[in-house]
Amino acid sequence: MKIIVSIKQVPVRDSQLRIDASGHWIQENDLSFEINEPDAYALEEGLQLKEKHGGEVIALCLGPARASQTIREALAKGADRAIHIEEENLTSFDTLGIAKLLAKAAESEKPDLILTGLQSDDLGSGQTGVVMAEILGLPSATIIMAVETAGSGIRVKRELEDGWFQNVEMPLPAVLTIQSGINKLRYATLMGIKKAKTKEIKRLRPAELGVTAAPAAIIERVYLPQRTKQTQILEGSAKEAAAKLVEKLKFEVRVI
Amino acid sequence: MSGVLVIMEQRGGAWNRMSWETLAAGQQLAAQTGQTASTAVAGQGIGALAGELARKKLERVYAVDHALLGAYTADGYTAALEQLIRKASPSLVLFPHTYQVRDFAPKLATRFGQVLISDTIGFRVDGGAPVFARQLFQGKLNADVKPGGAGPYFASVQAGAFRADQLQDGSAQVENFTPDLSADEIRAKPLDPFRESARAVDLTAAEIIVSVGRGIKEKDNIPIVEELAKALGAELAASRPICDSGWLPMERQVGSSGQTVSPKVYLAVGISGAIQHLVGMKGAKTIVAINKDSNAPIFEVADYGIVGDLFEVVPALVEEVKKAKG
Repeated sequence: MKIIVSIKQVPVRDSQLRIDASGHWIQENDLSFEINEPDAYALEEGLQLKEKHGGEVIALCLGPARASQTIREALAKGADRAIHIEEENLTSFDTLGIAKLLAKAAESEKPDLILTGLQSDDLGSGQTGVVMAEILGLPSATIIMAVETAGSGIRVKRELEDGWFQNVEMPLPAVLTIQSGINKLRYATLMGIKKAKTKEIKRLRPAELGVTAAPAAIIERVYLPQRTKQTQILEGSAKEAAAKLVEKLKFEVRVI
Repeated sequence: MSGVLVIMEQRGGAWNRMSWETLAAGQQLAAQTGQTASTAVAGQGIGALAGELARKKLERVYAVDHALLGAYTADGYTAALEQLIRKASPSLVLFPHTYQVRDFAPKLATRFGQVLISDTIGFRVDGGAPVFARQLFQGKLNADVKPGGAGPYFASVQAGAFRADQLQDGSAQVENFTPDLSADEIRAKPLDPFRESARAVDLTAAEIIVSVGRGIKEKDNIPIVEELAKALGAELAASRPICDSGWLPMERQVGSSGQTVSPKVYLAVGISGAIQHLVGMKGAKTIVAINKDSNAPIFEVADYGIVGDLFEVVPALVEEVKKAKG
């Protein structure tokens, strides 16, 4: 099975975010970055499918030069090779532009399966995988919690709301968006990290893929959300704050 | 191209309640942009559902009925709604931001060279056109997103962003729309939805819930919050990442993929408050948040907050609770 896993590099969780001077995005220069969490699960699923059925895992990443760190980590975990579409100014593309770039790069590989996380932790649009599928003319399924082969196709377990699930059978090639928690993530081994240094990373530019930025949706401005509820912050040391909270729970909320 | 078209969601003849909130949003958007609002429901044998919609203040109700729409498939829904949108020619198509919409609406928007502006929490009108607000970075920041290009525009609406009780009654004309579908264009074969197992833990009945998130750092620290739950006589719950990691069983998960709870008190410990979690607990009467990050979105919904290290605050709280209970 030839599997492409599309991964994105995002600011690490708990980053202190500051809006940049343009007001259209965040200041990135003082942030650290990591693989988008649902993409990490997609990569793991790809690696496990390869271990079960043989084949190849190719990590595909659209991002600036700094994303090569995340690509190396994917290779260290076991991806066989990688494609890096290098673009410093990602915000000039909308989801459709980004999906076109990824689809173009994936197309020539003729994969059996394309996996990606169900959404990104930064923009959270949750549609790159589905749009890629549509551009490539492939079937897709989203929020996937299990993948197994079934005849010449696959059977996947889709998560629905409120604890419901649904199995869906579909032919290959196909695109799946993977839900966090589908599997247990592995760590890169020392051997894996060593091997990663010799693995191929093919570098492409958006212009080479024939895709130019023509966004249909534009971020006008980024801002801090306005508080709708007045939160009463209980100040003081841990002990003082705890005592104040118990007071509230006892006399105002009346549950103690 | 004119009018707002709201796509309702049903499964087996039962509405997804988020549809009503989206319909209310559609009415408001239409009123503020000087357009009419219409709605569509897709499925098989949906006459009664369309009849229910006909009692709302709408221009038209499209009943998109076809045997191949009985069970949801992305291919079937996309093809059917593409045909409807080309015929009805709205300027804006609105969806509730459900798991099903996430499965097909991006595909549908792509067919029109558009992008779905997903999970929006509000809108304003600028020069006669809508600008949508949506969250970035799991709710830490907001962004105003302006649709561009020729349209029609596509947007989905977050659960709880609009109120269904603001929906205006009236009357609307029902129009049956039979899309041209063939079985061989539907590539996926959906099987029947199922639940994993009977739930051993019913969090919905709990008066007090102590819920734990990523801030707890590792599995070995879970007893710290267990202790607090015990002291308060509360049920222990968790946000999704805790259950994903297997630190607590899935049946203790609160949020869009877990249980929806509305206890008297909900204590969120080390939970940042991503929307997927908030939708499952914001109905609680009192919300208490303990988090080291004062900018965490959980403080948006909390009545009481302690900004601090949970590893210091929670043990102190256990002690104070025990003291108060005597």
